[in-house]
Amino acid sequence: MSKLFSKENKEVFRSPLSKDNPVLVQVLGICSALAVTSQLKPSIVMGLAVTIITAFANVIISLLRNTIPNRIRIIVQLVVVAALVTVVSQILKAYVYDVSVQLSVYVGLIITNCILMGRLEAFAMTNKVGPSFLDGLSNGIGYAYILVAVGGIRELFGRGTLLGYQVVPQCVYDAGYINNGMMTMPAMALILLGCIIWIHRAYFCNEDK
Amino acid sequence: MEDKGKRSLNTNSNTYIIMYATVMVIAVAFILAFVSSYLKPVQDTNVMLDKKKQILAALNINGLEDKDVAARYADVVEADMIIDSDNNVVRQGEKGGERDGFALNSSDFKKGRLAVYVCRVDGGVKYVVPVYGMGLWGPISGYIGIDSDRNTVYGAYFTHESETAGLGAEIKDNKAWQQQFRGKKIMKEGTEGIALAVVKKSELRDRSVQCDGITGATLTSDGVSLMLKDCLGKYTKFLEQNNEGKNNE
Repeated sequence: MSKLFSKENKEVFRSPLSKDNPVLVQVLGICSALAVTSQLKPSIVMGLAVTIITAFANVIISLLRNTIPNRIRIIVQLVVVAALVTVVSQILKAYVYDVSVQLSVYVGLIITNCILMGRLEAFAMTNKVGPSFLDGLSNGIGYAYILVAVGGIRELFGRGTLLGYQVVPQCVYDAGYINNGMMTMPAMALILLGCIIWIHRAYFCNEDK
Repeated sequence: MEDKGKRSLNTNSNTYIIMYATVMVIAVAFILAFVSSYLKPVQDTNVMLDKKKQILAALNINGLEDKDVAARYADVVEADMIIDSDNNVVRQGEKGGERDGFALNSSDFKKGRLAVYVCRVDGGVKYVVPVYGMGLWGPISGYIGIDSDRNTVYGAYFTHESETAGLGAEIKDNKAWQQQFRGKKIMKEGTEGIALAVVKKSELRDRSVQCDGITGATLTSDGVSLMLKDCLGKYTKFLEQNNEGKNNE
C-alpha cells in the first residue's frame, strides 16, 4: 500500500485535477459535458459514472496490458469500455430510472468519450495497476467536478433550484427576479465552460511547463 | 516477473489474436447477459411505474411519490380495455389492470390493437388513450385524457426520447404548454376527422381545437400535431360513439 502513495503516484493523481485537467486543459469529453449539465443531479451521476468507468477500464487494461495483441489493442480497449458502460447503464436503469432517462443516450456515449480511450492508450497500456487506477480515478474526478460546477451554476440560475430543491426564495421572485432561461440551453454550458477555462488558465495553470 | 512468461508467447501471431478475440468476446457476452438478466425485474418495475405515472399525468394527477403511484393507479383505473379501430372490445381489461391494454406497445398500436384506459376521477368517467409519433430527432409519445363526452380533452402528457433541450423537449418539460390542451375539442362539427392540432401562433384560427406550437420547435410541434391526427384518428369510431348519443355506457 505504501507504494501506492509514493511521490510519483501522488503526481499521477494530482496533475489531472488541475495542471493537466481533461476538460480544462486537454478539452476532452466536451460533448457530454455540454449536454447533461442542465441540472445538478444528472451532472453528478454522469461524473460518477465516468469516474468509475475510467478507473476500472484503466485497471482492467493495465492487468491485460502484456497479453493484448498490439494489432487489435484499440478493439480490446473498446470492448472493455463498452462492457463497463453497458453494465453501468443497466445499473442506472434499475436503481435511478429518472436519471437514466434524463441522461438518455449520453451514458451509452461514454464509450466514445475521448478521456477514456486517451487514458487507456496513453497510460494504462504502459503502467502498472496501482498508478493506472489512480490515473483513471483522478481523470474521472477532474472531469466530474467541472461537470458539477457547470451543472450547479446552470440549475441555480436557470431554474432557481439545486438538486430539485428551491434555493432562490419566493421573495426574490416577487421583487422582480426571473430565472434565466438561457442557462437551461446547451449553448450556455459552452459559454460557462469557456469562462471556467479562462479563469483556470489565468490564475491556476502555469502554461510554461 | 510475469512479463517473462508472457513474452514467450508471440502476441502478434494470427492464431493468438483470433483466440484472444474469441475468448474476450465470449467472456464479455456472459458478463453482460448475467448482469442484464439479474437486473431485468427491477428495471421492468421502473418502466411500469413510469408508464403509470404518465397515464396519471394525462389525468392531471402529478407530483406523486414513487411509492404512491401504483396504489393511485389501481384506484383510478377501472379497466385497461383493448379495442380495435371498429370499436369492438377485444379484451375487457380489469381494475388497476396491468395485463391487457397496459401491456400493449407502439407496435401493437400499429397493428390496430388499441388501448383505452377507463378511469374514474372525482366520480366522473374519463378515458386515457396512448399516442405514438415522430418528433424531429426521434420517437415521441404521450397520453391523452378524454372527458366522458368523448370529445373534450381532459389532460395531456407528452414525452420524447431525443428532442432538443429547451426547444422540442418543451413538449415534456413545459407543463403550461401541456395544460393548454385541457378543454380543447378533439372533433369539430362540419369537419372530417380529428380537428385537434398544434399550429403556429400566426395560423391559430380556432382556439377550441387548435393549440399554440412551441416557438423554435416547429418540427417537433408538427410531429405532435401529426401524432394526434394519426393516433386519435384510429379511435374515431370510439370517439364518435358518444357524440351520436347512442350506445352509452
